[in-house]
Amino acid sequence: MEAAKPAALQFVSRGPISRALEREGTLAFWLLAPTLLILTVFIAYPFVLGVWLSLSNSTVGEPGHFIGLANFHKIFADSIFRTAAINTFVYTGITTVFKLALGLWLALLLNRHFRGKAWIRAFILLPFIIPTVLSTLAWKWMFDPTFSVFNWLFWKMHIINSRINWLGDPELAMGSIMIVNVWRGVPFYAISLLAGLQTINPDLHEAAAIDGANRWQRFRHVTWPLLLPVTMVVVLFSVIQTFADFQLVYVLTGGGPANATHLFATYAYQIGIGTGLLSEGAAISLAMFPALLLVVVFQLWYIRKVENR
Amino acid sequence: MIEGARWRKWVWFYLPLGAFILALLFPFYWMIVTTVRPDGELYRPWNHPLYSPFWTSNPTLDHVKSLLQETLFNTWMLNTMFIAFVATVISLVCGVIAGYALARLTFRWAGILGTAIFVTYLVPQTLLFIPLAEIIRDYRIGDTPWALILTYPTFLIPFCTWLMMGYFKAIPRELEECARIDGAARWQAMLYIIFPIAVPGILSAGIFAFTLSWNEFIYALVFLSSPEQKTVPVGVTSELIRGDVFFWGSLMAGALIGSIPVAVVYSFFVEHYVAGMTGSVKG
Amino acid sequence: MAQVRLTQLNKKFDGTHAVKDVNLEIRDHEFVVLVGPSGCGKTTTLRMVAGLEEITSGEISIDGKVVNNLAPMDRDIAMVFQNYALYPHMSVYENMSFGLRMRKFERAEIDRRVKHAAEVLGIQPLLERRPRQLSGGQRQRVALGRAIVRNPRVFLFDEPLSNLDAALRVQMRVELKRLHDRLDTTAIYVTHDQVEAMTLGDRVVVMKDGTVQQEGAPLALYQRPANRFVAGFIGSPAMNFVPVTLEWSEHALWARATGLRVRVPPARTEAMRQHVDKKVILGLRPEALHPSSGSDGADYAFEATVEVVEPLGSEILLDTRVGEVPVVARVDPGVRVNAHERVRLAFDPARAHFFDAATEAAI
Repeated sequence: MEAAKPAALQFVSRGPISRALEREGTLAFWLLAPTLLILTVFIAYPFVLGVWLSLSNSTVGEPGHFIGLANFHKIFADSIFRTAAINTFVYTGITTVFKLALGLWLALLLNRHFRGKAWIRAFILLPFIIPTVLSTLAWKWMFDPTFSVFNWLFWKMHIINSRINWLGDPELAMGSIMIVNVWRGVPFYAISLLAGLQTINPDLHEAAAIDGANRWQRFRHVTWPLLLPVTMVVVLFSVIQTFADFQLVYVLTGGGPANATHLFATYAYQIGIGTGLLSEGAAISLAMFPALLLVVVFQLWYIRKVENR
Repeated sequence: MIEGARWRKWVWFYLPLGAFILALLFPFYWMIVTTVRPDGELYRPWNHPLYSPFWTSNPTLDHVKSLLQETLFNTWMLNTMFIAFVATVISLVCGVIAGYALARLTFRWAGILGTAIFVTYLVPQTLLFIPLAEIIRDYRIGDTPWALILTYPTFLIPFCTWLMMGYFKAIPRELEECARIDGAARWQAMLYIIFPIAVPGILSAGIFAFTLSWNEFIYALVFLSSPEQKTVPVGVTSELIRGDVFFWGSLMAGALIGSIPVAVVYSFFVEHYVAGMTGSVKG
Repeated sequence: MAQVRLTQLNKKFDGTHAVKDVNLEIRDHEFVVLVGPSGCGKTTTLRMVAGLEEITSGEISIDGKVVNNLAPMDRDIAMVFQNYALYPHMSVYENMSFGLRMRKFERAEIDRRVKHAAEVLGIQPLLERRPRQLSGGQRQRVALGRAIVRNPRVFLFDEPLSNLDAALRVQMRVELKRLHDRLDTTAIYVTHDQVEAMTLGDRVVVMKDGTVQQEGAPLALYQRPANRFVAGFIGSPAMNFVPVTLEWSEHALWARATGLRVRVPPARTEAMRQHVDKKVILGLRPEALHPSSGSDGADYAFEATVEVVEPLGSEILLDTRVGEVPVVARVDPGVRVNAHERVRLAFDPARAHFFDAATEAAI
């Protein structure tokens, strides 16, 4: 190699900005700045504002003043709010159990090899992909008291003689909504759990089988424990989304019949936006926060634990 | 081994799988059938003798035509596409660079900021929509696409960041180190070496963000009021109902056509979508 | 080419003191090998020279200029990584020209340099291929080529041959040596393989636990190890260590262990005098031992029980036991010995090593 070389240490000239960005801390700052800006302005600030609103008596067009916890007293005394609170917890609990069970079952089914597996897997995700309100509208149509295809089916099968008022009967409405939620959530659980299943080394199942374990025992002692981390993450995500759900109830029943199906979110909307009582609406929204915080803290703790294992 | 296994396979595998597929896809079938069913057939009660749910002998495109020509559906489609696209781009840019910073750079606040971004992902829109409505009004961007374009990144960025972190962590450090020794500044190594390699991840994040934007409802419902500004989900649920009358034909047509963009994007990028979803769950 | 100087170099990670007060001078055109077991600090030292790790204390200077705070891109060095670190989304040509493009060289100059390096390494037909289409050996060559085109002041190598299979490794080792002769570069090479160190290095630096144990020409390390660690690390199979006690008898110093009584060579007796009541370790390389009939004197011979015979074709390794201590001997292939037999091994007194058992230093 005979190329001429400068005698001194060859200095690569770079602008001052390049040099400043060589420091990890500086580069990290600028890379994170846009994100932090957006999150501060549109999440942190509204959150603080929401807390202030809940502690004041603002309505649309009239900024109020501080009134302490009066709003919270009011809503806790409100029977509809109590119904909404109970609904939300029950709704979240029951749908999560069903989504997990059915999702796991579907994941186990999909974990084999069969023709058309890729196609089926793709189609199965559709309920999760398609915008929620649009598929929920289809369900509303299927539940329509006069035109319901389910009513037709059960009638043909001689199970019923008069119509089932899926969404109009206060006893049934919540159940119908839960059916739609489970329908929507099973694919997400299934595909996520399937991915988790596929990371389990098949050698472990073979070793267990040789050791004499039957199907159920293999599932309980090999599959389930190894699947637990993924399961926890999926469940916690889903719980948060379901707890704060709005779209399903809004489209299917609007909170009715007679306020029987309200959740925190829909009731907050009805009070805050519908009637313009911003502060009370904000208080209802914020009532979700303690439970959500618990879930988030739990999730963080769990992830930390798994990472440090 | 032959007889028994076959029967078993049907009961334990094909039947349940078939049932799942039927249950999961039936509503879409219903959507399609309803869209092409003429009004006369549509409004037959469930115990009407002529109720024939599963097909129609007189398919018609009337509902579709009325949707596209007599409503603002086309405008809603354009609105939603525009908002989803711009919000996705903003979120991708922010998420990719933030993901890189958290995955690759060591600095004092890395842990705290990573956790903070993760936590904001878990603050649901239904908790913030009331105060945000006020803020949007104050900034005078209410009833414009910008209300959504600026607020959608609040839930898109954390997801993109988290996803990209996973992708970046899987790229060997030596590539950047080698690039820096070769003569690249840190930011050049990031831009010319790492980002091109992470393209599959960026694609996954983008597709997921696009889908999530289409799916958002409450912000669109609360921040937009004029019919011309609405997005597809809001428009279809609010404008196609006059009084207490539901125009189911048009509603289903709207639901069906409104689902098409997302379904098309999804169909081209299924692998990326699944990778995005499972990547975020496996962390 | 350049001279690199490390002065009182230290690196601490969160509680671990990885590099302790390392002083080293690498002269112009010298090929220095840093060798040692994993965790000894050799890679960390290399990375500090490269600018990839912050220096806790101490100084690194290249050609007299202190580079502690210079970014890697400014240090005019090139590095070959263990995993080649080829940019997967670029062709071989683009990989090799990346550094020159970043430094804004002219297209014609870039082309000339890349073609030249490709010719030196014999990879011209590969220029348009992607890394994933290349074999391990080819990738290694491209990594070398990428370093060569830059014409850097110093070459750094981080265990570049560790990922290759055994046969390829031997071949590449020879090629690297040939390359070094041709390019006459200043180089710092890190490896855990002492064979590579001995073959490639003008000078070898043995490290352990963050400190330099000994540095010098390969042969010097082999013949005069400064301590027990270096003695056991260099040379394969490793040197045999027998704990002995010294005693005077008939005006001579003897080393005694169970089943062994050999004389301390007269030339060493003076130095060993102070160790008479202390614990001492006798070191004998397997290749220094040969079977003896008894015709040579009993001063430098002992009996051992053969446990395992390993016939390698070119030589035979005898795994024997003397008392409690295992001793390996490397003997000619013609020797006829069987397991469970006793054999008499003798050695050249000049090739005996003694170490203080407490300090492990050579006496």
